[in-house]
Amino acid sequence: MRRIAGLLLLAAGPVLVLGVLFVLPVSGMVGEGFLTDGRFTPGAVLEVLARPRVHRVAWFTLWTSAVATLLAVVLGLPAAYALHRLALPGRAAVRAALLVPFVLPTVVVGVAFRQLLGEGGPLGGLGLDGTPAAIVCGLVFFNVAVVVRTVGVAWESLDPRPGQAAAALGASPSQVLRTVTLPALRPAIVGAASIVFLFCATAFGIVLTLGGVRHATIETEIYLLTTTVFDLRAASALSVLQIVAVVALLALAARLRAVPDPTAQRAVAPARAVRRGDTAVVLATLVVLGAMLLPIVTLVLGSLSVGEGWGLANYRALTTVGDDQALVVPVTAALLTSLRTAVDATWMALLVGVTVSLIVTRRSHSVAERRVRSTLDGFFMLPLGVSAVTLGFGFLITLDRPPLDLRDSPLLVPMAQALVALPLVVRTLTPVLGGIDDRQRQAAASLGASPWRTLLTVDLPVVWKPVLAASGFAFAASLGEFGATSFLARDDTPTLPVVIFRLLGHPGEMNYGMALAASVVLAGTTALVVLAVERLRVPGVGAF
Amino acid sequence: MLTLRDVTVRYGDTAAVDHVSLDLGSGQVLAVLGPSGCGKSTLLRAVAGLEPLSAGSISWDGVDLAGTPTHRRGFALMFQEGQLFAHLTVARNVAYALRLRRTPSARLRARVRELLELVGLAGYDDRLPGTLSGGERQRVALARALAVEPRLILLDEPLSALDANLRERLAGDLRDILHAAGTTALLVTHDHEEAFALADRLAVMRAGRVVQSGGIDQVWREPVDEQTALFLGYARVLRDDAARLVLEAAGLPPAPAVAVRRSALVVDGAGPIRARVESARVTPEQVRLVVDAGGLGRLDAVASLGSRVSPGDEVAVRVDVTRVAVLPIVPAP
Repeated sequence: MRRIAGLLLLAAGPVLVLGVLFVLPVSGMVGEGFLTDGRFTPGAVLEVLARPRVHRVAWFTLWTSAVATLLAVVLGLPAAYALHRLALPGRAAVRAALLVPFVLPTVVVGVAFRQLLGEGGPLGGLGLDGTPAAIVCGLVFFNVAVVVRTVGVAWESLDPRPGQAAAALGASPSQVLRTVTLPALRPAIVGAASIVFLFCATAFGIVLTLGGVRHATIETEIYLLTTTVFDLRAASALSVLQIVAVVALLALAARLRAVPDPTAQRAVAPARAVRRGDTAVVLATLVVLGAMLLPIVTLVLGSLSVGEGWGLANYRALTTVGDDQALVVPVTAALLTSLRTAVDATWMALLVGVTVSLIVTRRSHSVAERRVRSTLDGFFMLPLGVSAVTLGFGFLITLDRPPLDLRDSPLLVPMAQALVALPLVVRTLTPVLGGIDDRQRQAAASLGASPWRTLLTVDLPVVWKPVLAASGFAFAASLGEFGATSFLARDDTPTLPVVIFRLLGHPGEMNYGMALAASVVLAGTTALVVLAVERLRVPGVGAF
Repeated sequence: MLTLRDVTVRYGDTAAVDHVSLDLGSGQVLAVLGPSGCGKSTLLRAVAGLEPLSAGSISWDGVDLAGTPTHRRGFALMFQEGQLFAHLTVARNVAYALRLRRTPSARLRARVRELLELVGLAGYDDRLPGTLSGGERQRVALARALAVEPRLILLDEPLSALDANLRERLAGDLRDILHAAGTTALLVTHDHEEAFALADRLAVMRAGRVVQSGGIDQVWREPVDEQTALFLGYARVLRDDAARLVLEAAGLPPAPAVAVRRSALVVDGAGPIRARVESARVTPEQVRLVVDAGGLGRLDAVASLGSRVSPGDEVAVRVDVTRVAVLPIVPAP
């Protein structure tokens, strides 16, 4: 009983936070759609869902995400193999660099692709600017890294001996791949594909910058309905649709991941020397890497081009508010706001994330305790199923009136960002905490260590690096967060991604140049943070 | 037949396998015996084609295998822990190589049934490897390896992951199965009991080199040096005067060194050596003693169960000639 009481006490904080910052906004939003003057009127939602434009938007979301997921997996698998199984020169550096696109701010990726595919861009001749193909390219760019990382980590720790046993039984290399390796990797591949699909279907910044009003997904449509059409009912109807679809997808993915025998044999195999037979894989990897570099290089070059020559004028202009007063505050001020917001979001995400991770990974001592724990576990996983835009929208319509009026609080944006970063923190910490043999804690306790002392001697030495890595990730995610922030940031204290999006929307060469320069600054900052995280060498960081 | 000539496998500067030459005739079972880290598993993997050779050659019936990748060698490799495919059922594991060869399904089913019967696992078809015991998994691995009648089966410590009881039973079964199938087999192990239980021929390996090879009883009776003798289970090596005394008592010509097993000295009223019992411990088969035998110093000895010997007794012991081995050369002590 005392254990359960302690557990509930520990859980009270995160439960309260999630209750106010998650349950309240989401239920408020559902209410906005289903209730008219306090009466239950589902007809209005059905009316919205029957609109032809909504059908178009839903179908567009579905097929772009599916195509992008497929491409990301197909392009990611050879790179995952080459970078995690072969002793390629410089593979550690390349693996570190591959973490960057994963946290690169979505707006920055959008800007980079516009620069790449737009008129006068290196690939402008393809005429892809403003087409669905451009959006798919952007989504693939973003998510190849997720596939490489997730599948690569699994591939690295795959025992090579079953494959060798198959080869000794007469299986050719391609037969080994088909009958032994891929089945063993299936959970990782399905996991990566489902998370990539989720990222694609809820992608916001890329789609908004590349697709605008013409090519909208459910996510950008919610934003457009709220901010330009002011049709809150339709927006909330779409949000509900989004939540249902995402939760269904997560459940389906969990079923697909289940394998006949989950106790896989694990042993990290040393990387193998490159042989002649690996040429195709290595070439494919180089092509993928080139394709990843191209938009970034184009972005940097674009930010440095001034008129006919090169120069830093775009960067110097960051201290101004742009042509025609495009902004309320200079870009440098927005950068400061972004950094401050990210610091706040990080400590909040960490505080809640560490507590949640501790709660869900501890072993239960009784059936009742296990029941409480698994209920909490399910509750804490809820934010995973809700996109940033839905969250921002929910905040917007519920936290602006009593009892909780946070409209003017400087903590409103950090809170939303912390909630967006929370799954990242929990996903980094739970495998590490769950991997600690509980008998170590029992040994410490039997030697006379108090629960706090046990935490210090057993958990802390293992978990401090992952905690640092998780905070780096939360910081980077918060810096680039655009979905929720775009709803909540006030005009006089915008964050950097919001400013970049605003600059893109204002005509003028200088504004565009400033958007490019600001994107480089933002990308550089997140890249620095993420590369520092990579130096910590936490296994499996950034893998799902 | 399998022929190894000066096979060498290097990792950087160290040679894991160093100029090993061996021959293995068809239908024979050869055990490569050596302590862990001696390079025997590397040798096995080299034969399977999983490790590239730094020098030397491996050939089958006179054909060099250098250019033949693992899956075209027609050998089957059975790993230490079986390495069953965890996502396939027992029947599908066994049928794996048959499916690769597109065996018609009726023949395939019949063959799987036959193999599962051979390894004593009839009816296990639909079980997953995760639900089997260690011994059952090894049997499935064996059935899988035998499925397409490999011209050579390579066994990597097939029994060492099992507990003693099971090991003994499976060793007998394995030997019968290999002989019934007439399979040529190369086995590596660090356990001389396992080698004796399964093999006809023995090669002793140390630090990457084969130090002795031959028929199993020949190696057993004539270990080439002290280390080999100790590795084969001899308890200690006696030199000079002690060696002379023991050989004389055994009725053998003198030699500079002799290896004795724990059971080489047997308490026997008619024995020529006088000794004083220092300690006695009863085991299920015999009484194990430590005796002080004058010029021989302190030695192990045995007495039959029921003989009442206790510490302090003066006893007569004889030497069991089958339990000693004369060492040809003595390395400088």
